[in-house]
Amino acid sequence: MIASSQEIISLSNERIFLAGLLIVALGFFTWKADLGITKPLLVSSLRMVIQLFLVGLVLVYVFEIDHPLPVILIALVMLLVAGKEVSSRQKYKIKGFWSYGIGTVSMFISSFAVSVFGLIAIIRADNWWDPRYAIPVLGMLLGNTMTAVALSVDRFTTNVWNDRDIIEARLIIGETANEAIKDIVKDSLRSGLMPVINSMAIAGIVSLPGMMTGQILAGNSPDDAVRYQVVIWLLIAVGCGFGSMIAVKMVSKKLFDERERLRLDQLSVK
Amino acid sequence: MSFIVNSGECMGLYGCSGSGKTLLFRAIADLDPNQGKVLINGKRREDFSGSVWRKKVGYLPAESSWWFPKVSQHFSSIEDAKLRYLGFLDTKIFDSEVSRLSSGEKQRLALARLLSGLPEVLLLDEPTANLDDSNACLVETLIKNYCKKQGAAAIWVTHDRSQLERVSQNQLVMKNKTLVDL
Repeated sequence: MIASSQEIISLSNERIFLAGLLIVALGFFTWKADLGITKPLLVSSLRMVIQLFLVGLVLVYVFEIDHPLPVILIALVMLLVAGKEVSSRQKYKIKGFWSYGIGTVSMFISSFAVSVFGLIAIIRADNWWDPRYAIPVLGMLLGNTMTAVALSVDRFTTNVWNDRDIIEARLIIGETANEAIKDIVKDSLRSGLMPVINSMAIAGIVSLPGMMTGQILAGNSPDDAVRYQVVIWLLIAVGCGFGSMIAVKMVSKKLFDERERLRLDQLSVK
Repeated sequence: MSFIVNSGECMGLYGCSGSGKTLLFRAIADLDPNQGKVLINGKRREDFSGSVWRKKVGYLPAESSWWFPKVSQHFSSIEDAKLRYLGFLDTKIFDSEVSRLSSGEKQRLALARLLSGLPEVLLLDEPTANLDDSNACLVETLIKNYCKKQGAAAIWVTHDRSQLERVSQNQLVMKNKTLVDL
């Protein structure tokens, strides 16, 4: 294996600006075609640029002081923002605190636990909280789990709302709440986990995953890059799977009461 | 409001739309939270889990719901005799697709599905609304026989006064969410 010792090419502001011009061009065409996505496209691009530069500044600082506290703080902020994002992506939301709590709790149980396991048992850095490993691993897990949880929960609540007559018809003939929503749960988890499953199936053939590309660009050997990517993908799949299952279970608990009656009054419509 | 339906008997329930008949059925079947006290053979609703209670209380809504593509997938087993009773001379209907059925056929099959769970109480919300006279007659006979044989108590909602006279031993009228005697 040949490990390149070449320094990575620095990207100056002008070069980044060139990539930005492409987004502006896309924005122009979507505006002309009246697709209604120009504003979100530009706002998200701008948010991404600002957020990433800010996090870059924070990371430089965190790497320098080399203490677990800032790592834990960053992890908490990431988790809370991800929880908020899951909630904001729902058409039908659980009322009250749990609209926000379900995503946060399910991601805390899945992403956090899986990340800590990966850091302690697999990567085995001297300090498991070493920001160089902990922040990227948690970031990738949270990002993917958030998408899976948001998709699963959105599909679940939408289907329960639309199929309420069928759910009640199944309850009427004496099925339990779990039996009555079994097909909806299956469908929701499938739609939440399909992106991850599909990405794994084509990894390396159609696309090179981001982390691996980053490591290769940074001059690491492809062998190391592959090993890290394999571990990350497996952790992501586990995080997404458990996160979605926990979240859907929590929502379904909220949508049925102790007499197993369907309680759509627990949902608010966006 | 308060009433008793004896086992093996059918009580007719009459009232205009919006008078609260469906609300009453949903409360008895424990589909909506409610304060009512409901007993079957002296045992309170709260003595059973929601699903066990709803198995005892067979509620047939005015519109039947189906969630699998084929009729047979909705039944664990069914006797041909019951289908014949319900006017299905050709019992192949059991293997057909739900989307190909008429609303009358769906209603009769929903009744067969309900009775196959052997409920102790029947809540029938216009069970013959989509049926022609001869099939309505079959359904009336089947339900009467079922109640007699199983000792089940039935509450039958209909807008047809003559049907009420035929199927029920006593009748109640609902007005503005309360019961009044006929």
